[in-house]
Amino acid sequence: MVQDNTDNWLLRVRGLTKIYGDPISNSIAYTGPKFGSNICPETDAIVACAEIDFDLYPGEVLGVVGESGSGKSTLVQLLYFDGEATGGEVYFRSFEDGDTNILRVTNQKKRYLRNHLMGMVYQNPRDGLNFKFSAGGNIAEKLLMANEFNVGRIRNRASSLLTQTEVPVERMDNAPATFSGGMQQRVQISKAIANNPPLIFLDEVTTGLDVSVQAKVLDLIRGLQQDLGISMIVVSHDLSVIRMLTDRTMVLKNGRIVESGLTDQILQDPQHAYTQLLVSSLL
Amino acid sequence: MKHFLEVRNLSKNFLLHILNDKHIPALEDISFSMDQGEIIGLTGKSGSGKSSLMKCVYRTYLASGESMVYDSSTFGPIDLIEATEHQILRIRKEEMTYCSQFLNVIPRVPAVEIVAESLLVKGVAENEAFRRSREFLERLGLPAELWDAYPSTFSGGEQQRINVARSIISQPRFLLIDEPTASLDQKTKDVVIEAILEMKRSGTSVILITHDEYTLTKLADRELKLVGGRICEAEAATA
Ligand SMILES: Nc1ncnc2c1ncn2[C@@H]1O[C@H](COP(=O)(O)OP(=O)(O)OP(=O)(O)O)[C@@H](O)[C@H]1O
Ligand SMILES: Nc1ncnc2c1ncn2[C@@H]1O[C@H](COP(=O)(O)OP(=O)(O)OP(=O)(O)O)[C@@H](O)[C@H]1O
Ligand SMILES: [Mg+2]
Ligand SMILES: [Mg+2]
Repeated sequence: MVQDNTDNWLLRVRGLTKIYGDPISNSIAYTGPKFGSNICPETDAIVACAEIDFDLYPGEVLGVVGESGSGKSTLVQLLYFDGEATGGEVYFRSFEDGDTNILRVTNQKKRYLRNHLMGMVYQNPRDGLNFKFSAGGNIAEKLLMANEFNVGRIRNRASSLLTQTEVPVERMDNAPATFSGGMQQRVQISKAIANNPPLIFLDEVTTGLDVSVQAKVLDLIRGLQQDLGISMIVVSHDLSVIRMLTDRTMVLKNGRIVESGLTDQILQDPQHAYTQLLVSSLL
Repeated sequence: MKHFLEVRNLSKNFLLHILNDKHIPALEDISFSMDQGEIIGLTGKSGSGKSSLMKCVYRTYLASGESMVYDSSTFGPIDLIEATEHQILRIRKEEMTYCSQFLNVIPRVPAVEIVAESLLVKGVAENEAFRRSREFLERLGLPAELWDAYPSTFSGGEQQRINVARSIISQPRFLLIDEPTASLDQKTKDVVIEAILEMKRSGTSVILITHDEYTLTKLADRELKLVGGRICEAEAATA
């Protein structure tokens, strides 16, 4: 039988772990789905996520689902260098051909990775946008960080990005605080893709938006995936978002992956009790 | 001889943890093989396991059993029970299409675009993809006013036509199709049957689920009848 071309991954994650509190305790052994908690009973350390393993392939959209507090945001934030991992290894094909554990590179290289090769859309727009700058200013900031200093080119790029994400260009010089939630998410998306990164993270992009706005944001993301072929990790507790956007899905509980698989398989033939419960609420 | 698909002793058990670990044995000890260009008609009463078997082949359901070897054009012979998720995704993209009993699409995508998308992912140019999609919808008798409308408001038969159109327009190498003619009138039924026969002539292999005797007779080279999750004895002998 033939083997998968296992060297073809874009991102390879092994043993990714984040513990708040005493990391030398046995907190990993005493937390997780078996215990129904991510808090170590001995030390009160919080195991936000532990022993996360997965590969992401070029052009792939990977979903992350799970209940509140299961570690979804932590997972993507660690990959985007918001906060430092307690342990684990991450390899990224677009950086030094995937030979280097990017969790252990210099801060300068981490900035390079963030600014040139990755994008993030945060659960809360206030984490992703600088509310003191205009919408255009926020995008300009991201372009500047990737060493684009030409004012004309920056303005052109910002306005084309806003057009692409259907933010009225005449609002370019307005502050995000004056935007609706859906528009703020669109500006975040513009910013995330500004430097044409091969990989972006989307954390609950549609949460809190009203249904018709949600639908349009989902359409936008699907379009980006189809037209630009960007790889994405999509975090959502909403299974219909996962169904619409992703090829494969990982299910998180108490900081661990309890199950992963093809998205249609996860939704129609879930194996783990927790996933069965999650899915039964959808049907 | 190497078969297009060879299924050996396949079983599917659902274990429902949230219902006190209830077991639902959907398929038991299924063995059959099919060759390239063959159309297998899967029949049996409601609940006999037809859709389950199809979903096991597509890997929407995780099956157990000895093996399910598919002769892939990309990978060569590959056991679909053990293949990696990425291999399955690649086979789905390039070789195998699943057409469910009911349309299940992204809301707010117009009918013609849903159909065109299956050509676009195969690299057909946009103009060409849309032209062929309109042509095909016309052939299926879908009123032109509906081409640019959203299928969520369509009638059952109209949705069915979109569903069938998007799965057969790209001429997959392996087609899994669940009740394609169920809610169609005779004329449209004949168009669908003819389109599937055209594909067969160009080498497509098909597993077809149908309750409709007419569709079965016109299309199937061989019938595989399921009774209570098992292949009916008489059929197993001829297979
Ligand atoms: N800075 C922090 N200090 C201490 N604990 C934290 C910190 N950040 C997150 N946690 C804890 O880590 C766990 C995982 O949090 P995370 O934000 O990743 O959850 P989530 O799955 O994204 O949840 P939600 O769906 O509610 O957004 C939670 O128990 C949370 O309380
Ligand atoms: N996802 C699932 N989870 C649990 N049980 C399932 C699932 N899918 C099918 N089953 C069970 O497996 C058995 C076979 O169902 P299946 O859908 O394969 O029947 P079918 O022959 O396609 O019937 P129909 O003609 O009504 O479509 C049934 O008892 C059904 O309840
Ligand atoms: Mg979160
Ligand atoms: Mg069925």
